[in-house]
Amino acid sequence: MIDKIKEKLKDKIKEIKIHNERRIYLTIDKNDLKDAVNVIFNELGARYQIVTGIENFNNFELLYHFSFDKENGTIVSLRTFLEKEKPEIESLTSIIPGISYIEREIWELLGINFVGHPNLKHFLLRDDWKEGVYPLRKGVKTDGK
Amino acid sequence: MANNKKVIVPIGPYHPLLEEPEFFELYCDGEEVVDIEWIAGYNHRGIEKLSESKHYDQVTFLVERICGICSTSHPIAYCNAVEDLCGIEIPERAKYIRSIIGELERLHSHLLWVGLAGHFLGYNTVFMWAWKYREGILDMFEMITGNRNHYAMLRIGGVRRDIEDQDIPVLKKTLSEVKDKIKMLTEAVLDDPVLAARLKGIGVLKKEDIKNYGAVGPVARASGIDIDVRKDDPYAAYKIVEWKVITTESGDVFDKAVVRLLECFESIKIIEQCLDAIYRKKGEICKEIREIPEGEGIGRHEAPRGEVFHYVRSDGRTTNPVRHKIRAPSYVNIPTFKSSCIGETISDVCIILAGVDPCYCCTERLAVYDKDKKKKIYSFQDLVKKSIEKTEKIKKEIGKEVKLWKKLL
Repeated sequence: MIDKIKEKLKDKIKEIKIHNERRIYLTIDKNDLKDAVNVIFNELGARYQIVTGIENFNNFELLYHFSFDKENGTIVSLRTFLEKEKPEIESLTSIIPGISYIEREIWELLGINFVGHPNLKHFLLRDDWKEGVYPLRKGVKTDGK
Repeated sequence: MANNKKVIVPIGPYHPLLEEPEFFELYCDGEEVVDIEWIAGYNHRGIEKLSESKHYDQVTFLVERICGICSTSHPIAYCNAVEDLCGIEIPERAKYIRSIIGELERLHSHLLWVGLAGHFLGYNTVFMWAWKYREGILDMFEMITGNRNHYAMLRIGGVRRDIEDQDIPVLKKTLSEVKDKIKMLTEAVLDDPVLAARLKGIGVLKKEDIKNYGAVGPVARASGIDIDVRKDDPYAAYKIVEWKVITTESGDVFDKAVVRLLECFESIKIIEQCLDAIYRKKGEICKEIREIPEGEGIGRHEAPRGEVFHYVRSDGRTTNPVRHKIRAPSYVNIPTFKSSCIGETISDVCIILAGVDPCYCCTERLAVYDKDKKKKIYSFQDLVKKSIEKTEKIKKEIGKEVKLWKKLL
């Protein structure tokens, strides 16, 4: 599996971490991500699972999880880093329609902007939620203050 | 109604027939649904955030509270994730017990669904049957875990309680009784001409819809995609016991019912094999884990509704996860409604949304939606007024006036 991905993505992969034979993490630059997802989702036929957004000390991290169900159930996670100041990445709704909701969720909970999302509005939080308060960021209390 | 106007039929968020607060807006043109919007968040409890402030052992119980119906799915997926992070293998006996709990849950959840589906179609006999036979399974749960729901059986490294030898013959007897009943129910449901007429060919999901939305579980399997985490990425005892993945081809609501009902028999098969395997054998049920190292882990479980996904990251220094991402199967299954409901009639959408009944009492919050996107929501008083006007109009037409209605204002 990993060889196939390596052959297709070549130097777009900045780092490979093989946790075990079923869990592979690939680090990809945010500008290459759309192409990489296109290859994995459309050409290699992986199943889109979900996106995880993480706030690190000095950057934001997004993990796009894909499952190769018939290839030993391998989960390939594409890791990409966004700058802390103005986290922004291109929306992938044009490739995967189902990704729309999780992009909205990450936008409202972590404050990561998805450029080109057709309907970037509140999903889980109420519509009049205070602007600029992102509850999943570290240091924000659970009551949203 | 003029062509440029559409009626929105709101379903929810709090509706007598919904199990949970959720909100669908059906954009209707006459009887036909032309668009559907899903509004969520009424039940958002911030569990991912809460999890970051709990000890690894506490999180097992926290995630159990995510869902009341498939309450053990999340702990299994979470424990799988932490065990993947640590790279440990759990004792064999614990594997069997995990599978028993997981499959019993699938049984009771599928029966609950079949009952509710029957209820929404106005077929209350199915509802009564399914829920009655589900009781037997809940009794088995009570016997094994001490609880009908929220079993608290899971622990990182294994399970918390053993299944006693003296209970196993009783459990097997109950199971075989339940099996006969489910068989009878299945045959009755699948042979019923009314149910077939009502369910066949509606809400069809094609293979590409499943791929585009990433749908999982019985929804995907009813459309001919044989994904099942238990087979593809085996955990617990699913690799050891014998069973098969149920798939059907047409992707309509009837096939979803078929998949769920037939899966019940596979679950019974798995439970029987697991009970035999642990009978009169002793063994460790939990591995002691002292420290969670730095790293990340992904755990999955095939819940009754599909794949549950948990991602856990540890920094190796604290006793709580740095990040814990949870994805329940409905998160990817619900958006498929955009493909399956559009073009259907309101009455069919009821069962396509499976569990969401757009009955007409909803119209107490009917909204009129017109071209320049200005919404007007009628209040209860407005609707009473409108209804009285209509009644009076009808009464006038047939030459009688009724004063009783006026007293209501």
